[in-house]
Amino acid sequence: MNLLSKNIFISLILALVPSACFADWELNLPRGVTPFSQDIYDLHMYVLWIVCAIGVVVFGAMFYSIFVHRKSRGAKAANWHHSTKVEVLWTVIPFAILIAVAVPATKSLIMMEDVSNADMTIKVTGYQWKWHYDYIGEDVSFYSTIHKDSNMARQRGAELDPFDVDHYLRDVDNYLVVPTNKKIRFLTTAGDVIHAWWVPALGWKRDAIPGFINESWALIQEPGVYRGQCAELCGKDHGFMPIVVEAVPEADYLAWIAEKTEEKALVINDSKALDQMNSIALAEDTKIDSGE
Amino acid sequence: MSEVATHHHDDHHGAHPTGIMRWLTTTNHKDIGTLYLLFSLMMFFIGGTMAMIIRLELFQPGLQFVDPQFYNSMVTMHALIMIFGAVMPAWTGFANWMIPMMIGAPDMALPRLNNWSFWILPFAFAMLLSTLFMPGGAPAGGWTMYPPLVLQTGDAFPFLIFAVHFMGASSIAGAINVVATVFNMRAPGMTLMKLPLFVWTWIITGFLLIASIPVLAGAVTMLLTDKFFGTAFFSAAGGGDPVMFQHIFWFFGHPEVYILILPAFGIVSAIIPTFARKPLFGYSSMVYATGAIAFLSFIVWAHHMFTVGMPLAGELFFMYTTVLIAVPTGVKVFNWVATMWQSSMTFETPMLFALGFVILFTIGGFSGLMLGVTPVDFQYHDTYFVVAHFHYVLVTGAVFALMAGAYFWMPKWTGHMYDETLAKWHFWLSVISVNVLFFPQHFLGLAGMPRRIPDYAVQFADFNMVSSIGGLGYGISQILFVIIVVKCVRGGEKATDEVWEGAQGLEWTLSSPPPYHSFTEAPDPESITGGHR
Repeated sequence: MNLLSKNIFISLILALVPSACFADWELNLPRGVTPFSQDIYDLHMYVLWIVCAIGVVVFGAMFYSIFVHRKSRGAKAANWHHSTKVEVLWTVIPFAILIAVAVPATKSLIMMEDVSNADMTIKVTGYQWKWHYDYIGEDVSFYSTIHKDSNMARQRGAELDPFDVDHYLRDVDNYLVVPTNKKIRFLTTAGDVIHAWWVPALGWKRDAIPGFINESWALIQEPGVYRGQCAELCGKDHGFMPIVVEAVPEADYLAWIAEKTEEKALVINDSKALDQMNSIALAEDTKIDSGE
Repeated sequence: MSEVATHHHDDHHGAHPTGIMRWLTTTNHKDIGTLYLLFSLMMFFIGGTMAMIIRLELFQPGLQFVDPQFYNSMVTMHALIMIFGAVMPAWTGFANWMIPMMIGAPDMALPRLNNWSFWILPFAFAMLLSTLFMPGGAPAGGWTMYPPLVLQTGDAFPFLIFAVHFMGASSIAGAINVVATVFNMRAPGMTLMKLPLFVWTWIITGFLLIASIPVLAGAVTMLLTDKFFGTAFFSAAGGGDPVMFQHIFWFFGHPEVYILILPAFGIVSAIIPTFARKPLFGYSSMVYATGAIAFLSFIVWAHHMFTVGMPLAGELFFMYTTVLIAVPTGVKVFNWVATMWQSSMTFETPMLFALGFVILFTIGGFSGLMLGVTPVDFQYHDTYFVVAHFHYVLVTGAVFALMAGAYFWMPKWTGHMYDETLAKWHFWLSVISVNVLFFPQHFLGLAGMPRRIPDYAVQFADFNMVSSIGGLGYGISQILFVIIVVKCVRGGEKATDEVWEGAQGLEWTLSSPPPYHSFTEAPDPESITGGHR
């Protein structure tokens, strides 16, 4: 069966299923919310239609032949077995199709690899098994780990049912908050083994390699919450290090940064205060011990 | 030379060992072929059981049956066993059985090396499988063994490396044997351009093996020294680069996948003309296309690494060379269809599997072409879209061709026809279940499900359930194959020499089963017609 009739077949089957379930029978790539994601979605559909068309022609010829050129129907075998003309034709035509695919693909790739003139930079570090985000130039950095409800439900023999957890395996404790309509440069690296940072709605994934830094960028056109997960085998909990990006209008983003910076300052003050109290206590103890 | 060889053989005929010693010490290409094929079948079921465990865990979201570490070791071992234990030995088994008969030679060029090449394998796989029982468990870093992760493997690590070395040595020796045999022992009149395409694809596969397996050996040795001898090939802290491993591995790994498929092309090119009663269309193009595929296979490797952060020029180069492979591969598919066109076909089981191969392998080729478009691969890479692609080309591709070849030549090997009704059941059950198993995985990948995860978000639940049901069906259907093989070996309708009405080639001039030593005298050059009639 070719791709097209497979799609039709599945759609017919799905037509029997109540529409509430349809969201789960997702068939296709998301269009996404960045210029790049939409570009490659279109490229994906373009190549998909080309291969469907080739499939229809080739499989069509095969099925026709299977039906008509069979001994039980009295077909007699011809004896011809070569034709230079035909071989040239079906070498050149596919070659031309490949050029038609390579040209737009080249354009998209060049666009993706142009990381220049970014508005801001975020460093993403993969660890076993969580992500760390560092807003370069801001005093904001934090770890982002799988949400505790997901983490409970995913244990073997857990009481909690995955279907009862919101965004099971796709929720974290700290979201990566970013502004919309700004070119964000992402630097990916890792602290132990190779991971990969992937949010499908942004249109790309990039490996996070220990000791090396990769550059990518995204410009998120629509506010929203976008979910992804690690996409390179990194050990036992590779399936349990999700990513959540929340894109908000610039004003909200700046307010969030201000809030995070203040929180961090409070924490540092708290810990400074704690250190002071500890050294006073230590001095007291020393006095008592030396019998003063 | 053949007269001396014949004389020598006659002297030793009375002294042939029987029982276990026969199988341990045989230098006969037919016996060694049988050993490889039975070993491969056993490995197919061990790897298949691991796949069933994987699909069982993935049946529903949540972790029900296995721990994540064990799951990862199943994923890793499943691939290592299927690639190195099932498919590659199966192709070597077919090469051993068929190549000497197809070229009119009495045996392989290096019969003692041949015995040794086989017996390395049970040893290597015992070593690999023993890691399942070690503290820390079997390797769980993927069959691709990327550092730094693979260096976190515990006690199993040296066993993994040594097992890979042994499997590699077996493959290199087998490849040398095939190439030496075909270039030196063809009967007079069997020119290169009269060789059956199966022999051509194996010559080319042999060269690919000789060029690429040593590279794998180098890569895994570097892993070994990084772990135990203080080198830092793949550690940035020591001045090395984990990505360098990926380059070296895939420089082996890409030719490897063509090693897995080229003999399949050869088998299908034998079966379709036979059951169509028409010569293979475009014999020379088929040979040149295979050569082109082999050459190109050396310059596409980084398409397995599009997301590592390669320079733009590299990404573009590998995109262009990768999509280019579609051209010679397409030529082969078109030639098979042209062979069918205006022919007179019957649909015995070998033909069913061969036609299934052409359609389904082509679907795998379509997803392969899509994967080669670099910017979109940024979405597909490391998802179930890739898993769907390679299972289409390896299961409905290589494995279907293996089944086709087994049914095609089993009457020749055993002297009995297999049970055609049971075989057709095997085909139809397999082809339906395998599509239920793998087609939905395309959707899962596109929807955002990564590879190598034991549990997944609930939006992926439905297609995972469907896929697992397909997996169960496919696994059970393969038991039918074993029943058919056992039944055929033990008895059945007596097979003629020709077996199939349209069969061409020297192997069909021999009796079914052929003598233990065939072509001790060279065949009549007049009887060598090649692919053209």
